[in-house]
Amino acid sequence: MVAAGIDIGSTGTKAVIFDGEIRASVVVPTGWDPKAAGLEAFRQALDCAGLAEGDVGSIVGTGYGRVSLPIFDRKVTEITCHARGAHFLYPETRSVIDIGGQDSKVISVDEQGRVAEFAMNDKCAAGTGRFLQVMAGVLDVSLEQLGQLAVGATPARISSMCAVFAESEVIGLLARGTDKGSIAAGIFHSIAGRIQGLAGKVTLSHRVTFSGGVALNRELCRAIGASLGVDMCVPQAPQMVGALGAAIMGFEA
Amino acid sequence: MRDVCAAFDEIAGLREKNAIALKVAKDRGRKVVGTYCLFSPVELIVAAGAIPVSLCGTSATPIPAAEKVLPRSLCPLIKSSYGFALTDTCPFFHFSDLLLAETTCDGKKKMYELLAQMKPLHLMQLPQVQDEAALDYWVLELKRLITRLEESFGVRITPEKLAGAVLLLNEERRSLKALQDVLKRRPAPISGIDLLTVLHNRGFTVDKREAIELIDRLTTELTELSDQGVSPFSDRTPRILLTGVPVGIGSEKVVRLVEELGGSVACFESCGGYKKVDPVLPGNDLLRSIAEKYLRVPCSCMSPNTGRLQLLEKLVREFDADGVIDLTWQGCHTYNVESFSVKRHLQETVQVPFLQIETDYSESDTEQLKVRIEAFLEVIGTRRGGRP
Ligand code: SF4
Ligand code: SF4
Repeated sequence: MVAAGIDIGSTGTKAVIFDGEIRASVVVPTGWDPKAAGLEAFRQALDCAGLAEGDVGSIVGTGYGRVSLPIFDRKVTEITCHARGAHFLYPETRSVIDIGGQDSKVISVDEQGRVAEFAMNDKCAAGTGRFLQVMAGVLDVSLEQLGQLAVGATPARISSMCAVFAESEVIGLLARGTDKGSIAAGIFHSIAGRIQGLAGKVTLSHRVTFSGGVALNRELCRAIGASLGVDMCVPQAPQMVGALGAAIMGFEA
Repeated sequence: MRDVCAAFDEIAGLREKNAIALKVAKDRGRKVVGTYCLFSPVELIVAAGAIPVSLCGTSATPIPAAEKVLPRSLCPLIKSSYGFALTDTCPFFHFSDLLLAETTCDGKKKMYELLAQMKPLHLMQLPQVQDEAALDYWVLELKRLITRLEESFGVRITPEKLAGAVLLLNEERRSLKALQDVLKRRPAPISGIDLLTVLHNRGFTVDKREAIELIDRLTTELTELSDQGVSPFSDRTPRILLTGVPVGIGSEKVVRLVEELGGSVACFESCGGYKKVDPVLPGNDLLRSIAEKYLRVPCSCMSPNTGRLQLLEKLVREFDADGVIDLTWQGCHTYNVESFSVKRHLQETVQVPFLQIETDYSESDTEQLKVRIEAFLEVIGTRRGGRP
C-alpha cells in the first residue's frame, strides 16, 4: 500500500509519499491559502514518486491546516505525527523536540513511537520559529546568516523570553555596539533556555530527536543540545518529520 | 444535544427567569447576599432569611472595564467579577444588599478591598490550614458573620433556623451529587457542556426547594434516557475529568473544545461541581459542624491541600476517567503551582494521562488549545489499544 502524509504548517506545507520507505518528500510555502498549498504539495509529491492520485490508498493530514482539506482520510495532530516520524528515523528515540513557526513542543515517546506525554509553549511566541524570525529581522540577516553569525561567538545576555521585549533588548545591544555574532548566539541561548523549561515538564531521555524546520539551523541545535546536556539526532530533512509520521500512520492503518 | 429533556430546558432558561424572581422577592422585602466562593457559609445566609446568589465572574465581557483598575496579568475570574460590579451589568450584583467575601487567594483578597468601596461587604478571615486551631478560629469568624447578618438585616439567627438551613442545603448537595453521579455511567447520558449549564444556572435560583425538585427531575429523566441507551457519546468516547479553577458559562471554552474534538467531560471536580457536594456532617455543635464542612474545601489556597489529591484519586476511579485535564487560569498562582503536585500524585496512584492547560477567558489561543486537546485525546486513544 502507498500512503501520503500532508503537513500543512503555518509557513511551509510538506508532503511525503510512503510505502514502507520514503518515496517522495516535498515542501512548498503555505502562503495565504493552506488548501491550495496542501493540494500542490500532494501533486508535486505524486509527480516526484511517479504515481497518480489513484495509487495512494490513504491520505493523512496534520498541522494547523489539517482541517481544511477534504481529501484527507484521517487527521492526526502534529504531536502524534512528529513522534511517529522521529521513531521511524531513529527507533531508539524517546524524546522529540519540535520547533515550529507558531509553537514548540517537547514530546516523550515510548518504544513503539507512541506519545507518552507532551508539553507545548503557552500563548506567547517565546522559543518558536516566529521568535527567531523577529530576531533575525532586527539584525537584518536571514535565518541561515543568523546561524553562521553565532558560530564560536560568546552569547550576549538576552534576559527577556518575550519576542516583543527581546526585540527592544536586541536593539539596545546593537546601540551599545555589541557585535552581531554575540547577539545571534545570545538569541540561540535564549531559545535553548525556553526549550529547557519546556523539557522540564516531561520526562526527557538522553535520546532526543530534533524536528521541525528550525532544526535546519545547526548552531541552534548545538545550543539546545548543550543546554539540555544531550546529543541530539537531527534528521537530514527535519521539516519533513511530521508529514512522514502522518504518511506512516496512513500506511499502517 | 439541547432539548434532551423537559427538565433541562427549564433549567437552561433559569438565569433570566430568576433575575425577575429576585426583583420580585426584593420588592417584598427579602434581602440578598452575593457570594464569590465555595468557602461562603451559605447556611448562615439562609438562616438569616436572605437569598444567597453566586456572583463569581465567568464572562469575558466586563474584563476590559476591570483592567482600567486591575492589572492585566491578574486572573480573569477576579477581573470578570470586579468588572461586573464596576459596570453594574450583573442583575444579581445589582440586587445584592451585602457581599460576602473571604481571604482566599491574594488577588481576590485585594480585589475585595476595592469592591468594599462599592457595596457593603463582609470579609471573613479564612485560615489557610485545615487543623483544630484553624477550626476554632473559623468558628469565631462564622460567629462574626452571624452578628453582621443579624445587625444588617434586623433578624435573629436561632438554632432552629440554622438547623433548618443545614437540612435544606444538605438536601441541595444530595440532589447535585445524584445528578453528577449519573455521569458515572459509560457513556454519560449528558454532555459536560450541558451539565455545566445546569450547575451554573442553578446558582441563580431564588427558591432552593424548587431548584432541588427540578434537579431531581432531571436526574430521573437522564437515568431513564441512559437506561434506554440514549447518549451523545459512545462507549469508546474518552472520558475526561476536569479539575482546577472554577468554570462556568462564559468560561467554558475548554469544556466545549474537549467535546467538539470527540471527548466527554464526565466529571467536574472544580468548585461548582463535585467539590461542592460535600455535606455538613451531624455533630453535637451545629455551628462547628458547619465550620468544619467549609474549612474542608480542598481549594488550592489551602496549604497543604492534600484533600484535593485524595478527592481526585477517588473521582478518577469512581467516574472511570480516561484522562485528567487540570485547567488553570493565567495569573492563578495557587492552581498553577499545585498542578505539578497533582500530576505527580495521579502518576503515582491512578496513572491516568494528565494535561495541564493554562489559559484565560479569551478565544485567542483556541487553535493552540485544539492541538493540545486533540493530541491528548489521541494519547488516550492509543493507550486504550486504538491505532496510534
Ligand atoms: S477555587 Fe478556591 S478560592 Fe476560587 S472560588 Fe473555588 S474555593 Fe473559592
Ligand atoms: S482562579 Fe485562582 S487566582 Fe483566580 S480567583 Fe480562583 S484561586 Fe484566585
